Amino acid sequence: MGELFWILISAMLINNFTLHLFLGLCPFMGVSARVETAVRMGMANIFVLVMTAICVWLLNTFVLPYAPYLRLISFIVVIASFVQITEMTIKRFSPTLFRQLGIFLPLITTNCAILGFAIFNTNRSYDFLEGLFFALGAGLGLTLALVLMASIREESELASIPALARNMGLVLIVAGSLSLAFMGFAGLFTS
Amino acid sequence: MSRELPTVQNGAADQGSGEAGSAGGPPDQPPAVSSGKLMLTLGLAGAIAGLVIVLVFGWADPRIQAYRAKVLREAVQEVLSGPARYETLYVTADGLSPTPPAGVDTVMAEKVFLGYDASDEPIGYAITGSEPGFQDFIFLIFGYDAGRERVLGMKVLESKETPGLGDKIFKDLEFVDGFREAAPPLVGVKPGAGTGDEHEVDMITGATISSRTVIEIINHRIEDLGPLLESGAAAEAAGAAGADDAARTVSVGRESGAGTEES
Amino acid sequence: MRETTAGYDVVRGIWKENPVLVQLLGLCPALAVTNTVANSIAMGLATFFVLVGSSLLVSTFKRWIPHEVRISAYILIIATFVTIADLVLAAVVPLIHKELGAFIALIVVNCMILGRQEAFASKRSVGRSLLDAVGTGTGFMIALLMMGGFREILGNGSLLGFSIFGENFEPWIIMILPPGGFLTLGFILLAFGWWRERRAEVVRIRQWPHGVASREEAA
Repeated sequence: MGELFWILISAMLINNFTLHLFLGLCPFMGVSARVETAVRMGMANIFVLVMTAICVWLLNTFVLPYAPYLRLISFIVVIASFVQITEMTIKRFSPTLFRQLGIFLPLITTNCAILGFAIFNTNRSYDFLEGLFFALGAGLGLTLALVLMASIREESELASIPALARNMGLVLIVAGSLSLAFMGFAGLFTS
Repeated sequence: MSRELPTVQNGAADQGSGEAGSAGGPPDQPPAVSSGKLMLTLGLAGAIAGLVIVLVFGWADPRIQAYRAKVLREAVQEVLSGPARYETLYVTADGLSPTPPAGVDTVMAEKVFLGYDASDEPIGYAITGSEPGFQDFIFLIFGYDAGRERVLGMKVLESKETPGLGDKIFKDLEFVDGFREAAPPLVGVKPGAGTGDEHEVDMITGATISSRTVIEIINHRIEDLGPLLESGAAAEAAGAAGADDAARTVSVGRESGAGTEES
Repeated sequence: MRETTAGYDVVRGIWKENPVLVQLLGLCPALAVTNTVANSIAMGLATFFVLVGSSLLVSTFKRWIPHEVRISAYILIIATFVTIADLVLAAVVPLIHKELGAFIALIVVNCMILGRQEAFASKRSVGRSLLDAVGTGTGFMIALLMMGGFREILGNGSLLGFSIFGENFEPWIIMILPPGGFLTLGFILLAFGWWRERRAEVVRIRQWPHGVASREEAA
C-alpha cells in the first residue's frame, strides 16, 4: 500500500506532470486564466486519465505484446476515442458545462499529458492498480498546477504590468516560480 | 448532431474521426460521404502505415536489443571487475536456477548474474536493485561476493537525482570506489568521520538522501537474497570462509524494487 | 487566402510566426529537452523529419483524404513518422534516445505539426507545403537551439559537452532543472515583448501629428 501511495504523491507533487515533467502545457497556458475553467478542465483531465489508464492496461496486457511497434498509434486512437465519448457524455448530461468548455475538450486529445501518461505507464510496467493511482496522481497534479496558475493570473489582472510583459512571458515566469516551489517536495519520502 | 456515429468496426479510429470531422467542419456540411468509404480510406492508410512501421522495426529491433545486452554486459563487467564470463540465474522460490520459472516473462523475471574468472572460479554475483531516491527511483547494479561477504563494486544505471548534487552518486568516483570491499550491512558515514571499519562507506556531502538510498538498496538486496546466494555459492565457492555463513538472520518483508527495468 | 510568395512561406515559419516563440506551440518538448544543446539538436531534427514527412504526404494525398476523417488521417500519418523516428534514434544513437525519452513519442501531439497540416499542407501544393514545413521546422530548431544554448551555458558551463568557462565557474544549476526551462522561455518572451514595444513606440511617434517636439509630449 505504501508503494501505491508513493506513486500517487510522486505524480501529484514530487514529479508534477506540468511543473516538473513539462506535460500538459497547452491547457496550462491557454486555460489558466479563470479558476473556474481551470477546475473544470482539471476534472475532465482526471476523468480521461483514469479511463486511459484502464485502456492502456488492457492494451498492454492483451494486445501489444504481439505488436510493440503499434503502441503509439493504438494509444492515440484510444485517447481520441475516449475524448469523443467524454465530449458526448458531457454534452448530454450538462449542456452548460459543454458550452463552457467549448474547444477545450478536443484539445485534451492533443494534450501531451494524456499520451505522456500512457507512455510513462508503459515504460514503468505498472500493473492495473498502480496505473490507476498514477492516473489519479497525475490528474490531481495537473489540476493543482492549473488552479494555482489560474488564481495567480486572476489576482494579477488588477496589477499594473508593464507593456513588455503583457504577454505569455509573465505567465511562463510565474510558472517557473511555481516549478521552483514544487521542487521543495523532492525528498518528501525518504526510505 | 446531424450525423450518426459510424458503427464500431475494427478501426476504433473511426469513432473519433466522425465526430472530430463534424465538430471542426464548416456549419453547412458537404454531402455526407458514406461511412464505408471513410473506413476504407482509414483502413487502407492504417495498413500501409503498419507495413512501413513493421519494416523499420525489423531493421531497428536487432540493433536495439544488441545495445541493451551490451549495456548490461558492461555493467556486470564493471561491478565484478572483469569476469571472463557470467551466467544468468533466475530467482525462484527454491533458490537460483539457470532456467526461468514457468510462465514468467524472461525480461521481467528477477535475475542475478554469477561471474566466473579465467580459471572458471566464481567471482561473485551481480545484483540489480532500485528504490525511490530523492527525486525518483535510483536503479543500480552491484557486485557481491557471497562467500567472503564483501561488496565488489557498484554502478548506478538509472537516476534522476538533482544535477550537481544527487548525480554525484555516479559522478563522484571516490564515492563509487568506496563500495569496493565494503562489508554488508553497509553503514553510511560522513566523509572523514569514519573509523575505518569495513562496514563504513563515505557518503556525499550535500546529497545525503541520494547516497543513503544507494546504501540502502544494496543492504536490502543482500538481506533479501542472502540465503539464496549462499546456497548457490556454497556449492561452488573456493576457499570460502564457511563459518561466517552460518545463521544469518534475514529481516522480513522489506519491499525492494523489482528486477530489470526496461527503459 | 492571401497569395504568398514561396520565399515568404519559408521565412514566415522562421521568424515572424515562429512556432515556439510567437505562436507558443510545441512547448512541451521545447522546455523539456532543451537542457543541453545536443538534446535540442536531436529533438529539432526529429521534429523536422516528422514535420516535413507528414506535410509531404498530407499534401500529396489531400484529394484522397475525406474531410470528415482528416484529423484522424493526419494523426495517423504523423504517428507513423514519429514511430519511425523513434525506432531509428533508438537504433543509431541510443544514448540520446534515452535522454529524450518519452518526448520523441510526444512529437505526435505537438500542436505545431497538426496545425501545419490543417492550416497549410491540406490546402496547398506539395512544393509550397514542403517549403512551409522546412520553414516551420527550421524556426522550431532555432528556438530550441536558443533555449538549449542559454540553459546549457548557464546551467552547466558547457556547450555541446565542452566546458567553456573552466574549473572555477559555478554553474547556475537551476537552468538545467525544470524551473530553468520556464524561466528561460519567459525571459526570451519578455525580451521579444520589450523589442516589440520599442518598435511600436517608434511607429506611434512617427504617426503623431506634426508639431510635437519631444517624446514626452507624444507619450
